[in-house]
Amino acid sequence: MSVSTTLATGDELLPARETPVQRRRVRAAWLFLTPMLLCLALVAAWPLLRTFWFSLTDASLADTGDASFIGLSNYLLHSSTGWSGVLVDPQWWNAVRNTLHFTVVSVGLEMVLGLLVALLLNVKFTGRALVRALILIPWAIPTIVSAKIWSWMLNDQFGIINHLMLGAGLIDAPLAWTADADLSMWAVIIVDVWKTVPFVTLLMLAALQMLPGDCYEAARVDGIHPLKVFWRVTLPLLMPALLVAAIFRILDSLRVFDVIYVLTSNSSSTMSMSVYARQHLMEFQDVGYGSAASTLLFLVVAVIAMIYLYLGRRQMEVRS
Amino acid sequence: MSPRLLKKALLRVGFWCLIGILLLYAVFPFYYAIVTSLKPSSALFQVSYWVDNPDFSNYAAVLQQASFLRAIGNSLVVALSVVALALFLSLTAAYALGRVKFRGRGTVLMMVLGVSMFPQVAVLSGLFEVIRALGLYNTSWALILSYTIFTLPFTVWVLTTFMGQLPHELEEAAIMDGASPWVTLTRVLLPLLWPALVTTGLLAFIAAWNEFLFALTFTLTDTQRTVPVAIALISGGSSHELPWGLLMAASVLVTVPLVILVLIFQRRIVSGLTTGALKG
Amino acid sequence: MIKLKLDNVNKQLGGMRILRDVSLEIAAGEFVVFVGPSGCGKSTLLRLIAGLDSICAGDLLIDGRRVNDLEPRERGVGMVFQSYALYPHMSVYDNISFGLKLAKTEKTSLRERVLKTAQILQLDKLLQRKPKELSGGQRQRVAMGRAMAREPDILLFDEPLSNLDASLRVQMRNEIARLHARLGTTMIYVTHDQVEAMTLADKIVVLNGGHIEQVGSPRELYERPATRFVAGFLGSPRMNFLAASLHTPGASSLVESLVLGRTALPFDSSSLAANSQLSLGIRPEHVTLKAAQGTAGIAVIGVEYLGSETYVHLDTGQDEPMICRCEVHAGWRVGDRVELQVEIDNLHLFDADGTALRRHPQTLETPLDDIAQRSVRAGAL
Repeated sequence: MSVSTTLATGDELLPARETPVQRRRVRAAWLFLTPMLLCLALVAAWPLLRTFWFSLTDASLADTGDASFIGLSNYLLHSSTGWSGVLVDPQWWNAVRNTLHFTVVSVGLEMVLGLLVALLLNVKFTGRALVRALILIPWAIPTIVSAKIWSWMLNDQFGIINHLMLGAGLIDAPLAWTADADLSMWAVIIVDVWKTVPFVTLLMLAALQMLPGDCYEAARVDGIHPLKVFWRVTLPLLMPALLVAAIFRILDSLRVFDVIYVLTSNSSSTMSMSVYARQHLMEFQDVGYGSAASTLLFLVVAVIAMIYLYLGRRQMEVRS
Repeated sequence: MSPRLLKKALLRVGFWCLIGILLLYAVFPFYYAIVTSLKPSSALFQVSYWVDNPDFSNYAAVLQQASFLRAIGNSLVVALSVVALALFLSLTAAYALGRVKFRGRGTVLMMVLGVSMFPQVAVLSGLFEVIRALGLYNTSWALILSYTIFTLPFTVWVLTTFMGQLPHELEEAAIMDGASPWVTLTRVLLPLLWPALVTTGLLAFIAAWNEFLFALTFTLTDTQRTVPVAIALISGGSSHELPWGLLMAASVLVTVPLVILVLIFQRRIVSGLTTGALKG
Repeated sequence: MIKLKLDNVNKQLGGMRILRDVSLEIAAGEFVVFVGPSGCGKSTLLRLIAGLDSICAGDLLIDGRRVNDLEPRERGVGMVFQSYALYPHMSVYDNISFGLKLAKTEKTSLRERVLKTAQILQLDKLLQRKPKELSGGQRQRVAMGRAMAREPDILLFDEPLSNLDASLRVQMRNEIARLHARLGTTMIYVTHDQVEAMTLADKIVVLNGGHIEQVGSPRELYERPATRFVAGFLGSPRMNFLAASLHTPGASSLVESLVLGRTALPFDSSSLAANSQLSLGIRPEHVTLKAAQGTAGIAVIGVEYLGSETYVHLDTGQDEPMICRCEVHAGWRVGDRVELQVEIDNLHLFDADGTALRRHPQTLETPLDDIAQRSVRAGAL
């Protein structure tokens, strides 16, 4: 039942009591949350704090416990030999540039392609369910496997892509997709786009199906050109879903590791922030320095995530 | 034919062309991997779109490798354990978050969402230390534990949404019957959540099966590796001498089960993915 | 014997007072109906009794024991929900026995009780079915069976019939009445449907805006409503209200009103000042119409034919027409002009706050002939 009378003046505010059942449920709620919270504390919160701490020490992989505090030296240090630290490492800034380049191009392509495919699949036709299932295949294939398949297809000598392009007369000589510094980033982007367009498509498709149908009926009755309807009606209504998908993909792309590691390994022309950090952590065994890079990556992601959460909350407030 | 009909027919042809291109784009790489895997190594370097005489020697070779079979076993153990662990932890958590009003609920939800956005590499060194301290380095347990960092937030989030959609009178009926929260969860709500559990479990399974960074970092020996690492580490003398046929056969072997799962549970997966993303 | 007692119960939620100082006594074996418009707090009151919501201030006693801090299962109450809320994955048998199982009832007596409950509700042949294989009425009975199985002292019903279609609703209403007669359990029933309230209740509790307007038997409430709200809420078509003012206050009042003109009425108005605003209530069935002569009388502005009776709408000059319930053969038509006759004993008089004025006790015994029967001319307008 809904609410009846507002408080009259002079009414004292009654204590908001709970029933025994409600009290028991709240106790149970915390009890039920505890295992999950403990687990996340163990695998997420504590390790993250340790990473922050390591970034301020000279810890090495062999014995992380035996580390001494060295302040911000891993980030930036001025000594007799000049500046050193992550923040003046040209390799790091190269990784930042690569990551941003990768993120902007691949997320942009994924959004456009995802939206186009979703519009195509939003049309009712026989066999639509099957097509929708089949386009999920790239999403289900492990990243490692798709990277391997594509590196075979992009192989400079025997790859089918070069074969096709040569056959079509687009190129004169085979391209070294994964080795050529100018092309390797594109190879990475091609693989990532191929793998993630299905995910974006699904989100877009779900959002398209939630759009109110009567807008379109009205537009059709009024004889408005379909393209105009798309720009004026569909796109603005899809914006929230597009933004959500874009944020998801941006956060994912900023931490990209698998594709690059398998496709081009530690090549500097494609090295991402994650690859850079892991290389220092695990291969050079310099936990302090690698943690500093990890921390910087975390901060970038955290800032973007905060913006997203802030916008999301604002949007929720506006809606209610 | 009238111009109107012609236009309509052209539109239809164009539409089906687009669908064809889309399918080609989505399916061809996997198809090509299958084609490659069915060729003997002598025919490997001739580009072809069809195999006339399928040759299963690559599969035989892969399946004779003890380490690869071992990797499949490891992957299964890890992925299934992660699913069980994540579902159990998130089921109770989702009851708390989806059905009980309490102070701090919003904060917990935000924390869970926050963890799902973590870059994995940011916890790598700390987690490495935790795993070594627990004596789990180079064991499947290291992976089972560490994979909860990306499966738990997702399963909690999706199950909370599903849990919140169950009618509240059902729970009140259980309270009138004298059911404790645990009984309500396990005997009244859980049986209604099976579809959601299958969906989230499947997504968690796929995520765990595909994970690479932690598997690469927290395992060392062939006996403990999972499939993605095993495939990534298949190598020949140089990149030009990679045993491509073998590699593609291994790739197909580990992917086919997933593809079949996806085709069967397509509808459920779609609903799970969109619930996780859009309703959040 | 008093089974359940509410003592100054208050409920507040988010700065809103949902229930204000509700006090009520319910005798063992009574069938009590909470009725009122939506938002009046009747469902909340039921949930407080069930133990699903908390009482902010005041006491709830069952068998003389304060139960505010007891869980539902410890209060000895069973509840039937509006949506039935049957466990969809359990058979009828399991639905009914769930509470007994949780109470660790011994196996053979559990079976006995389920079978007995099922027999009472004619569910014997459906015990292995799932809720989705049942009809609406059957589901309703399962919901009642689940609430009854633990043999609670008090059964609570939250608008249990609102999901059924009209004919099934009448049937289930009768079944609930028979069930009450057979079990003799105390029952508390929430509804917004006054027909359910009138037909089922030993005692009706009319709620409005979080407080109790009146408690009494259906007949008391219908014939002697304590407030204008109760008078207007019970009865269909609802009571007609005519604007009136008090000419001369006293043990008997001289009242100036629309339609009736200046009339001496046997109500005690000695506490009111002269010229106070009043309202005069007349139920549609208490008016008798007679054809008026020529252009005298009141104009008929609408006629609703219902088969068994006719509702005649009269233009009294107020926003709402006055409605009279007439026999069909009277044959009134729009445009007719009529005079009306009202029995004084069937009149109700309310002050500006809506409280009914006390009826002069003598009128019941010695009706004054000259004013008891009075026909009023439309010329009074």
